Amino acid sequence: MPIRLILDFLAAVGQRAWFFGATCVAAPRALRRPALIVEQVFFVGSVSVILIGVGGLFVGLVLALQFYTALSRFGATSSLGGLVALALLRELGPVLTALLFAGRAGTSLASELGLMRATRQIDAMEVMAVDPMRRIVAPRFLAGIVSMPLLAGIFSAMGILGAYLVGVKMMGLDPGVFWSSMQHEVSFHSDFVNGLIKSAVFGAACTLIAVYEGFHARPSAEGVGQATTRSVVISSMAILALDFILTAFMY
Amino acid sequence: MRQSSVLEVTTGLFVVLGIAALFYLATQTTDYRTVSGSQSYIVRAYFNNVGGLHVGAPVQMGGVTVGRVVGIHYSMKRYQAVIRMALEDRDAHIPSDSTASILTQGVLGQQYVGISPGGAPTFLKNGSTIHFTQSAIILEHLLGQLLTHGSSGKGK
Repeated sequence: MPIRLILDFLAAVGQRAWFFGATCVAAPRALRRPALIVEQVFFVGSVSVILIGVGGLFVGLVLALQFYTALSRFGATSSLGGLVALALLRELGPVLTALLFAGRAGTSLASELGLMRATRQIDAMEVMAVDPMRRIVAPRFLAGIVSMPLLAGIFSAMGILGAYLVGVKMMGLDPGVFWSSMQHEVSFHSDFVNGLIKSAVFGAACTLIAVYEGFHARPSAEGVGQATTRSVVISSMAILALDFILTAFMY
Repeated sequence: MRQSSVLEVTTGLFVVLGIAALFYLATQTTDYRTVSGSQSYIVRAYFNNVGGLHVGAPVQMGGVTVGRVVGIHYSMKRYQAVIRMALEDRDAHIPSDSTASILTQGVLGQQYVGISPGGAPTFLKNGSTIHFTQSAIILEHLLGQLLTHGSSGKGK
């Protein structure tokens, strides 16, 4: 029954598009309750800082080691700083942060909302004439858009610190050469700003997918588990696909 | 109350940390300062061949960056490539008979525009043109010349 499968697929896409639209409509009204958004920035952002910081540090260390051995063959180790900063700001910072975010914050969002659905808290809200889109979904969505660029910034800064430790402290590069090659290679508009835009888009996509899966979870223990798994799988694929599309448009 | 204040402090810490990281990245690791520093003025120069020069390449005087290339086009009136350079205002005293040449950093490095100052009493202004130019050296042409000279030398 391939037609049946195609119809199911189209329905799934359509449901997500409707959910996205409803969230966008609810988002401006959710801005009137900034306390809810701040609370969610804590739950999706602050709790991820240590994971993101440590992750960024190790990615920077590994990148610098790899680039150093490759560049030393051509005697071009002086461009290590620029290469690491470009790789982090353009691609690795936003993408890896989003993947870690999907695992750390996305899963907790999906299971939280799944449990809310399973324990009928969402139904109770609707009965009390509280719009769950406005009260639950939109603040989390906005918090994701705010948190992700900040997290990606922390990731990239820690990565550059890691590259500095390996390049300058371990391998003995000149610190002046390291930093100036960075300032020479990296452009403010095309690299830094585009990286920020990318991570904001990833933040929106990640939280939206996680919240959708949790919101529409089957109201059982098994259903919550499946929703959590699906949110990680779909978010990861969406991040990598979106990254390709955004990179193709931006550069 | 205690719970919420801990929550607020941690959230504030996260936001401050994130903004500090972004600010640090923007100002320390990018070319932000050289792009949006002082006011700049635009100067034009015509070249027979710009080689591998591209937009954003530095304009240097004596090895110091004084501006950037902001546009490269082909002029159908003069049948030459025309580049537009944004020069920083603090260096506004470049003689109008200066020479612009397209040079290469190192053997395989990036190409940049080097300006060597002339001796005229008038200075370049916004919109003026540098008349003395020296095109990029194309490695293939150089090799071609070397080969033909080498073979003709052998023939004699």
